[in-house]
Amino acid sequence: MIDIFITVILLAFLAITAVSIVRMTNLFAIIMLFGIFSFLSAAIFVVMDAVDVAFTEAAVGAGISTVLMLATIALTRDHHEKASTSHRPWLPLAVVIVTGAALVYGTLDIPWFGDPEAPAQMHVAPYYIERSVPETGVPNVVTAVLASYRGFDTLGEVIVVFTAGIAVMLLIGGRRRKSNARSNEGEEDDK
Amino acid sequence: MDFIIGHYNYWIAIFLMMIGFYTVISRGNLVKKIIGLNIFQVSVFLLYISMSTVKGGAAPIITAGVKLYSNPLPHVLILTAIVVGVATTALGLALVVRIKEAYGTIEEDEIHQQDHSL
Amino acid sequence: MTNNLILRVVSKSLIPLIIVFALYVQFHGDYGPGGGFQAGVIMSAAIILYALVFGLDAAEQVIPSTILRILASLGVLIYAGVGVVTLFLGGNYLDYSVLGETRVAGQHLGILLVELGVGMTVFSVMLIIFFAFAGRGRP
Repeated sequence: MIDIFITVILLAFLAITAVSIVRMTNLFAIIMLFGIFSFLSAAIFVVMDAVDVAFTEAAVGAGISTVLMLATIALTRDHHEKASTSHRPWLPLAVVIVTGAALVYGTLDIPWFGDPEAPAQMHVAPYYIERSVPETGVPNVVTAVLASYRGFDTLGEVIVVFTAGIAVMLLIGGRRRKSNARSNEGEEDDK
Repeated sequence: MDFIIGHYNYWIAIFLMMIGFYTVISRGNLVKKIIGLNIFQVSVFLLYISMSTVKGGAAPIITAGVKLYSNPLPHVLILTAIVVGVATTALGLALVVRIKEAYGTIEEDEIHQQDHSL
Repeated sequence: MTNNLILRVVSKSLIPLIIVFALYVQFHGDYGPGGGFQAGVIMSAAIILYALVFGLDAAEQVIPSTILRILASLGVLIYAGVGVVTLFLGGNYLDYSVLGETRVAGQHLGILLVELGVGMTVFSVMLIIFFAFAGRGRP
């Protein structure tokens, strides 16, 4: 019971943080709030027994993502979002409300939270839990599934990460060439 | 009451997803759009982890004396998705940096104005 | 930030601890929460902290970008190479059971090697990305 109570409160915090991220215009504050958002979601993952996921989210979402976003606003020297003129809020709001309502309608016959009889718990999960120690000798089932049973999957993910690294290196690695683009700031032209 | 608790996680996930979606389609600042995408992403993580939870279950690390464990498969999928997510976020931010260097702004409206595309 | 005494002292004592923790997470991932993905990110966080406090040039002396590029490719190569080795030993691709004398020993070795590859790639790709962003702002 107590864990449900904690989850409810943390999820409410998460929703409030997300709303304030949307409403703010100071990009630095937004990025800091996004770090808090990541830590909150990591805490929720711990309560929901997903310790490996929480670990990753705390290290990646709150650590690396925040640093990269701060580096980006330092590079773009743009710390405030400008009020948009061509974007009116009503059409996006209507789209979002209609989509959200359709999704909520879809949850009405979904298995309840924590239901041990849900179809998601019935098929491969009991196999992994029963067989991982006799077959691989690894007590952490997540590691066993990640590296052994679904090794192909993880190989693909590692290659995606590698490719993203190469792409970032190609885009902004190396020194800036003398820019002949339409730059508003003269100081950039002589680098 | 049980009905609300049984669906609360899903509703919050949908709410976050819609917040992220709204940010992506209604804001002009490119960094904020990427943050919206990240919120959208976290909502998907939340949905998957909610589905993996079993009431009274333990974290899926086999320990003597524990019978009921949460479902490890969504954990694996989301674990890799988080790391791939930060890699793709970095790629998006790199594109933002290049756009700033080429156009001198990261506001979508001003970019369209310079391109005469709207 | 390079002149801040408190930051320098605290980070000097923290960085070794972060690296040791990353190694623990890497090699204890079979028994507790952790694994290659997390260890790689924590390890790169240690170097990023060093770069933030002591400057980018100092961090690039600690780990030059050529080495990072080699490490990133090597990680993927180790992962895919384990699969090729299992093929030659008569198993399926990435079926580690044939690597050791017993099935469980083979699986254990395979998981260890694969996680090592994952950790190396994630560590170096995160640092490559960080150095690319940070180096862009350099005059």
